[in-house]
Amino acid sequence: MLTKRIIPCFDVLDGRVVKHVGFLNDRRDAGDPVELAKIYSGAGADELVLLDISASSEGRLATRRVVEEVASQTNIPLTVGGGVSSVEDVRSLLLAGADKVSMNTSAVRNPSLVKEAAHRFGEQCVVVAIDANLNPTMGEYEVMIQGGKVGTGMDVISWARRVEKLGAGEILLTSFRQDGTRDGYDLILTRSVANAVNVPVIASGGAGRKEHFYTVLTEGKADAALAASVFHFAETSIREVKAHLKQRGVSVRWIYQ
Amino acid sequence: MIAILDPGVGNLQSVTKGFSRVGAETVVVDQAAVWRDLVQGSKDEIEGVVLPGVGAFGDAMFQLRAAGLIPVLRQVAREGRPLFGICLGMQLLFGSSQEHGRHMGLGLLPGEVVRFKDDMKVPHMGWNDLDVVRTHPLLRDVKVGDYVYFVHSYYVEATNRDCVLAAATYGSVSVPGVVGQGNVLGAQFHPEKSGEVGERILHNFVALCRAWQTQREAVQ
Repeated sequence: MLTKRIIPCFDVLDGRVVKHVGFLNDRRDAGDPVELAKIYSGAGADELVLLDISASSEGRLATRRVVEEVASQTNIPLTVGGGVSSVEDVRSLLLAGADKVSMNTSAVRNPSLVKEAAHRFGEQCVVVAIDANLNPTMGEYEVMIQGGKVGTGMDVISWARRVEKLGAGEILLTSFRQDGTRDGYDLILTRSVANAVNVPVIASGGAGRKEHFYTVLTEGKADAALAASVFHFAETSIREVKAHLKQRGVSVRWIYQ
Repeated sequence: MIAILDPGVGNLQSVTKGFSRVGAETVVVDQAAVWRDLVQGSKDEIEGVVLPGVGAFGDAMFQLRAAGLIPVLRQVAREGRPLFGICLGMQLLFGSSQEHGRHMGLGLLPGEVVRFKDDMKVPHMGWNDLDVVRTHPLLRDVKVGDYVYFVHSYYVEATNRDCVLAAATYGSVSVPGVVGQGNVLGAQFHPEKSGEVGERILHNFVALCRAWQTQREAVQ
């Protein structure tokens, strides 16, 4: 049986993992990405996601050196995002050791990038990250770009369906409103996207307690749940989350004695 | 030394790093001339061959053909040198595929590569438990229920189930996870990304390679 995945996320700024509250607010240091990668792989993380959070706004690609070092220390899949704007960028990150490459703003600006990357490297390594925010005027969740700063006017469901057609192998869905709140994932958003597409959906934004993982993976219909600060600051552990899920009948990869 | 065949796409970091974690040296072979040089005469140190692969089946066969590596793979299979296909590389060992039309594979194992039905999430992506159905040195210390990491949209319908060593259940489909017939072996999942269980499998393949090399040296 296919298990639900628990994915720690590293937001990397200047070579350090940072923890942030909301998309735009203050950041705190959470440690060295290579050390954290080792710790989380050993602790039962099912994958790692590494996002270079300043790459896109600075118009450059995620730091190759960090990707190489993290990749060499892990024996689980690694997704990398940040500043990916061409097929060459995708190739460069794959060569640095990423297994999947995530694109966000550049996919919105140039959807054919998703198609080209999927054609050239396979759908399995193309992740489209969607930042969603409820737009009262639209009455729908709107796709946001540039780290949540800019609205696109596109509704999330249509965009998710479109990137699936273009060849995205997975969708990393972040709720702008919930991110950093630790109040739980946005279940309505996650469920509506998971129901609309046939590719796996990773839910992100809002994890604060182990119960939140359970609800997003069951009611929210997510295939995987991503979290950052809740793990970095040891408010819960991967093992604790998985034990909770297992106990409540959710299939997880159990590596503990 | 393990030869990793790569005629094109080039995302081999994971595979080479995986083998280096289990203490094996690797060399990348991107065309027949490189292979010929490596195995020439008495200096042949290639203990085994790995065929990884990402991308589409048809493209991969095209690139293998263009690089002159298809006769190399046939020779490897014939002479008994251990050959290990990973993910798409495993699928290429079979007779044909329905991925974007119909393409002929290497035909080293009997079966066809088909797509998952649309009522399931595709790709089959994530950690799935393995049902080990046959004892095999490649699966030494791998237990029923161990988890490995899959990412694929097509799977093998094996004509001869005897070559299926371990399977994974995805929805209603029994997906061949590890296959093997003689020296031709394959894994549908990514052992290089499957944590400690995957490393055990890589280690076991390296052990098979060393055993073959020792045996060959004894004969010579």
